Amino acid sequence: MATTAAPAPGQTPTAGGSYAAGEQTGIWSWLATVDHKRIGTLYLWTALSFFIVGGIEAFIIRLQLMRPNGQVVSAEVYNQLFTMHGTTMVFLVIMPLSAAFFNYLIPLQIGARDVAFPRLNAFSYWVYLFGGVFMTIPIFFGAAPNGGWFGYAPLTTMQFSGGLNIDFWVIGLQILGISSLAAAFNFITTIINMRAPGMTLMRMPIFTWMSFIVQFLLILAFPAITIALVFLQFDRFFGTQFYEIAAGADPLLWQHLFWVFGHPEVYILILPAFGLASEILPTFSKKPLFGYNVMVYSGIMIGFLGFGVWAHHMFAVGMGATADTIFSMATMLIGIPTGVKIFNWIATMWGGQIRFTVAMKFAIALVALFTIGGISGVMHSSPPTDLQQTDTYFIVAHFHYVLFGGSIMGIMGGIYFYYPKMTGRYMSEKIGNWHFWLFFIGMNLTFFPMHFSGMLGMPRRIYSYDVGQGWETFNFQSTIGVMIQGLGLILFVYNFLKSKKTGAVAPGDAWGAGTLEWSIPSPPPEYNFAQLPVVTSRYPLWDLKHPEMTAGLAHSGPDAMTVTDSHATPMHEETEYKNAADLGIPMPFPTIKPLFTALFLVLMFSGLLFIHLDLFPVALTIMIGCAAAFVGSLYGWLTSPLE
Amino acid sequence: MATAVATAGHDSHAEGHGEHVHHTSTGLENRKIAVWAFIGSECMLFASLISTYLIYKGRSRVGPWPHEWGCKTSAAVAKTRELLQGCSPADVMKPILDIPVTSQSTFVLLMSSLAMVLALAAVETKGTPLPAGAGWWDRCLASSKFWLMATAVMGATFLGYQSYEFTSFVHEGLTIKTNLFGSSFFTLTGFHGAHVTAGVLWLLTLFAIDVKRGLKGKTDVLLVDICALYWHFVDVVWIAIFTLIYLIQ
Repeated sequence: MATTAAPAPGQTPTAGGSYAAGEQTGIWSWLATVDHKRIGTLYLWTALSFFIVGGIEAFIIRLQLMRPNGQVVSAEVYNQLFTMHGTTMVFLVIMPLSAAFFNYLIPLQIGARDVAFPRLNAFSYWVYLFGGVFMTIPIFFGAAPNGGWFGYAPLTTMQFSGGLNIDFWVIGLQILGISSLAAAFNFITTIINMRAPGMTLMRMPIFTWMSFIVQFLLILAFPAITIALVFLQFDRFFGTQFYEIAAGADPLLWQHLFWVFGHPEVYILILPAFGLASEILPTFSKKPLFGYNVMVYSGIMIGFLGFGVWAHHMFAVGMGATADTIFSMATMLIGIPTGVKIFNWIATMWGGQIRFTVAMKFAIALVALFTIGGISGVMHSSPPTDLQQTDTYFIVAHFHYVLFGGSIMGIMGGIYFYYPKMTGRYMSEKIGNWHFWLFFIGMNLTFFPMHFSGMLGMPRRIYSYDVGQGWETFNFQSTIGVMIQGLGLILFVYNFLKSKKTGAVAPGDAWGAGTLEWSIPSPPPEYNFAQLPVVTSRYPLWDLKHPEMTAGLAHSGPDAMTVTDSHATPMHEETEYKNAADLGIPMPFPTIKPLFTALFLVLMFSGLLFIHLDLFPVALTIMIGCAAAFVGSLYGWLTSPLE
Repeated sequence: MATAVATAGHDSHAEGHGEHVHHTSTGLENRKIAVWAFIGSECMLFASLISTYLIYKGRSRVGPWPHEWGCKTSAAVAKTRELLQGCSPADVMKPILDIPVTSQSTFVLLMSSLAMVLALAAVETKGTPLPAGAGWWDRCLASSKFWLMATAVMGATFLGYQSYEFTSFVHEGLTIKTNLFGSSFFTLTGFHGAHVTAGVLWLLTLFAIDVKRGLKGKTDVLLVDICALYWHFVDVVWIAIFTLIYLIQ
């Protein structure tokens, strides 16, 4: 597959590109790639771009609310902004940022050469990209979705939300669901079936474990929203009556279907960040993770209970004492495994030789900030309390502490931690420190005052407010906080781009970590592992390099770690600069077919829009044409050999 | 969406590592695990559809109704024709669901699962010489082409029944827009029908491969096996739908 000559041994790795494999470069190599590492990189870049988009939306929202009676945007534009901010951050930023790490890390952590279905993996990415663009584009001509990220029907039916706005949202989410589901089937198979010899389930790194749980949440939760969206699409396009109250429909149908998906979704967003923190904290504490088994079981328990708490989003609709009691208790229960995780992280750091790198600071910030968000979460698990807090800024404060303080902080830590693995260079710690402190201070200044404005009764989703209600100071503080975060984001982008060229060169084991992904060069060659490793414990590299760190642990096998010698760093240079063909490792062919399959799928869905423009023949032509093209490219894909 | 979701599963179909036999942790082939995961996801999809149907059962404001007699000019509903008072014969709406007819199509679909089992068995045993004095039935049992086609034909028959059912419902005044029953019934059974359609196309593709180069060997057994898993799943879903929607009044 790769034909370029390998650089001479000892040559400095070129920034961004791999040196070892002599991989192809250029735009075509990215469009046709089926390499999980490149797809992970694509996910990372795309999701970070959307992060900037979602951040700008948040910034405009805060500008509008900075002072009473703000005049920055109109009420209609404000509706579009908060809808797109939520939708973007949940579906186009945090989920795909997690997917970037799933892609990049899972095969490396379990000692595999790729995911189970490399081309399906490429397909997932392209569907995500096209679906994300599909949803974001209408914001430039004032037709962006405006019904909230939760899209409550009947508000989003034609009667109350005519126009194309909601169409973009409902079709866009449907498309993104396909991407997530396809990826989830892929990762489940990968984790179950592609583990290196000796990599038993209970030896898997915690990040892989949390990802594994998330994939199950995805495949079980997404169908519920898929059906809710199908009903809404049918109502909007074909005149069905699922959300038609006059016809006897239940106004809570959407809310139940949405939150049956929506609450597991919360764990889909946070568990990968928990996994990243569980990799970072042991590494920089020089101690194995405290209570590995309990970490795994608590993760499973969170995933399991996550399906039984959805109606706590609906206490205010009046479900009756029985339902309220059950969902309230289940919600309080879920605080237990989450609390266990917090204490395990603290115990991991306890007595460790802590190195305060930027990644470590982000991970510690996750522990602290998520705890605050978790505590306010348990507060609204009680229906009487929740009735006071629901639809106020208190809720906004709560979920930003768990999603920004938890997910984003964890993912940022993950980016600083794994950047050297992905690029072969470290990010600047100096700029990173500035980034961290600006984010940390800015985030607390933004979201902490929201607890107070919420308790003082400020409702969510209002586009302006009058003077004299005691909300002015808190809103002003929040806006200043967002500006500080914005500065942090700019520094991060600068650091991210610049370090690729000028960062300090990182060795394979960039941080002295213990798991398999650090046993190979940075960036890894296309085939990952020249020889598949044989694993005997949870921290194979530590067994090898720092046996004293794992010596007394029950989880280490009786024998010394036996990652094959060639994986002990530094890797043998001759092997390091060989490509897959030299080593006789079969690699999947690059192919553009998944991209076209994804493109036609998205175009097929977008044909629906023409129905609402009263161009039915056009809609039909586009949908049938694209369906045919979709089947054609799928056929071409399925009939061409993988490797 | 139905086809889109279904395709996500199909994709896995020719993926994996082809003829290279790679080490897998469980010893199972990747595609088989992916199909099981896909089926798990599909369970939730149909669970959402069936729950919606059941939640909306009896909530329609206007007829026709699934099991009850109704009247076009009034809101009267009754369990039998005799109990329906004050409705002129021209305005009477019969119960929509025709259990005898749908029982026939249900039987055909159940039998198609049997044919699918025999198709898989035929592919698995291909290459084993027939015993001496094998009759037509032994030859028939050994023919994967016959059983694949039989499964596809029975699936298509089920679809034929469904389109007859849909058409006659529309003639009786029930469309997807009429009432909550119409919306949830057509969407649920339509989703199932789309899954059967995808299955029939899958079976016909396998049949075409069988005609072209003959299905045999470990890799081909897997190809048929994952299709069979899907087919049986779609069948099981129909058993749930038939029981909950047709039989329970």
